[in-house]
Amino acid sequence: MSTATQDPALAAAAARSQPRRRRRTLPPMTPKLAVGLAITIVIAGFGAVGPLLVGSPSEVRNIGMTPPSAEFWLGTTQTGQDVFAQLAHATRGSLLIGLVVGILTLLLSSFFGVVGAFAGGWTDEAFSLFTNVMLVIPGLPLVIVISSYVTEKSVWMVAVVLAITSWAGSARVLRGFTLSVRNRDYVLASRVSGESSWRILTVEILPNLVPLLASQVVFAVIFAILGEAGLSFLGLGATGSFTWGTMLYYAQNGLALRLGAWWWFVPPGLMLAVFGAALALINFAIDSIINPKLRDGTREQRKRWRMTKEQLRESEEEVV
Amino acid sequence: MRFLWQKLGFYLVALWAALTLNFFLPRWMPGNPVDILVSKLAQRGEVTPATRHAIELLLGMDSSVPLWHQYIDYLQQIFRGDLGVSVAYFPTPVVDVIGQTLPWTVGLVGLSTLISFVIGVGLGTFAGWKRGSWIDNMVPSLTLLQSVPYFWLALVLLFLFGSVWQVFPLNGGYDIYTTSPGWTWDFVGSVIYYGTLPALTIVISSVGGWMLGMRNMMVSTLAEDYILTAEAKGLRPSRIRAVYAARNAVLPSVAGFAISLGFVVAGSVVTESVFSYPGIGSALLSSVNNADYALMQGIFLVITLSVLGANLLVDLLYTVIDPRTRARA
Repeated sequence: MSTATQDPALAAAAARSQPRRRRRTLPPMTPKLAVGLAITIVIAGFGAVGPLLVGSPSEVRNIGMTPPSAEFWLGTTQTGQDVFAQLAHATRGSLLIGLVVGILTLLLSSFFGVVGAFAGGWTDEAFSLFTNVMLVIPGLPLVIVISSYVTEKSVWMVAVVLAITSWAGSARVLRGFTLSVRNRDYVLASRVSGESSWRILTVEILPNLVPLLASQVVFAVIFAILGEAGLSFLGLGATGSFTWGTMLYYAQNGLALRLGAWWWFVPPGLMLAVFGAALALINFAIDSIINPKLRDGTREQRKRWRMTKEQLRESEEEVV
Repeated sequence: MRFLWQKLGFYLVALWAALTLNFFLPRWMPGNPVDILVSKLAQRGEVTPATRHAIELLLGMDSSVPLWHQYIDYLQQIFRGDLGVSVAYFPTPVVDVIGQTLPWTVGLVGLSTLISFVIGVGLGTFAGWKRGSWIDNMVPSLTLLQSVPYFWLALVLLFLFGSVWQVFPLNGGYDIYTTSPGWTWDFVGSVIYYGTLPALTIVISSVGGWMLGMRNMMVSTLAEDYILTAEAKGLRPSRIRAVYAARNAVLPSVAGFAISLGFVVAGSVVTESVFSYPGIGSALLSSVNNADYALMQGIFLVITLSVLGANLLVDLLYTVIDPRTRARA
């Protein structure tokens, strides 16, 4: 016979010490969310403050391809530029693109998704058709084509092009959800009671969409940063900008791979991966609000659901 | 039937939108692509007025003809299959360049996406079935792989397997020294050997997404009443898992498969550039680097059409596997 894994007294104490249940507006602070937020904040801080602390990222020295040392934390490029300084500036550049595209995507997708679904009728049909057409037109090839025509590109232009090619997916998701909210009884009730459409949209419907909007923005930021990195890696990014993608582009062209200069091409890629992962972790937490079924059912939690020996005995006594 | 017509109608609209976009893109953009292209062509050989006219139709800038007339001529030219002459691969017509490169991409991207889909959905089924098991705990880490950019993963794999351990070749689609294209064992083996690393890149970076989607749908489906009924009837768990839960849970993944194809094709452009794979992505890049606008527009059109076609195919398949879509229409 194994012993009971849980002490009832302890469990009761734990239950008492927990704060009273509040309405869940913020995601519960799970380890995943904490790690995601921490990494995001650290990287964003590095992008915001880092460029002020490091030297010039473009300064050429006559010590090409030196491995990491005390002076140059991440070594130097083939022309002796400080990789760490480049990384700081690149972080700022990539995050800026992500932020701008995230905001633009939010505006575009909520306009075409939410407004269309809310208005219904022909507006919805037209918006939905437009969204679906945009969805099947492959984004990155379109971006490549557009950016090959324009030789002098600003960061803003790249951001706008990325936003134009990436809003459709989240507009479709938002439309589906808005349709289901729109037909709920309480919305019908507020319609009958004579609330204006604008008020119904902003007060009754939008609050329900907030978690979904948040997760779509996080996705948009990931896609934008990855998309920009891919574009810059192909040499089609914004002119004279520093992003993780341009670093990889110069590393690839500087034969960092063949020469084994891992300190040049690993850090920017790792930053991309880690930042993307952190945002994905945040998204897991948001998803668990949208769909509570997805909350972690770990073995530890399942054990808690089982009855303790004492409870089992009691229930058996009741039956008998 | 009505559902089918609706779908076909949508794809006709999408096709028209793609063709129109392709028509207006070069006309909206700053600069004069026709002059750049013609001067590039002139370096390689004589440019006949007919060639120039064809390029003008594709890329615009023939101001003597009204726009709507240009548009009709352009459509006619497209439907004849005439996409102009490539500069980068002079004097091969664009259509031939695409014909040579497309099978490589379709083979690589199609196969690896399919492999990734099957593995991801399979693992996701088990992860959702046994929540909290070790497979389920793998989901977050596999999804994190998704945020690793394709091309960086490709670079790292290339660095490890190509430079450090030298297990796989550094670039190319097949061994150009010892084999020649054809249906021989040598060639096919060489293609598989050269394609392993690019395919591995695509599979690793996309399998997590399928797994997560399938796992989440499994979790939702398992909470349905009919699963409880099936369990109460005493059906074997393996039967409930495969026929009752997985069959219903896989539907959104199948729909997502169509949408993801576009992303995968896009990702493969970058992946191909890392591996110098002789696919359509590499051709697109060389056309961009050579200001070969005719080839570029042609490739964009073909990529768009392939994604459209794949979507149509999946949509039609969807009506077969999900009877509700037929009933609702």
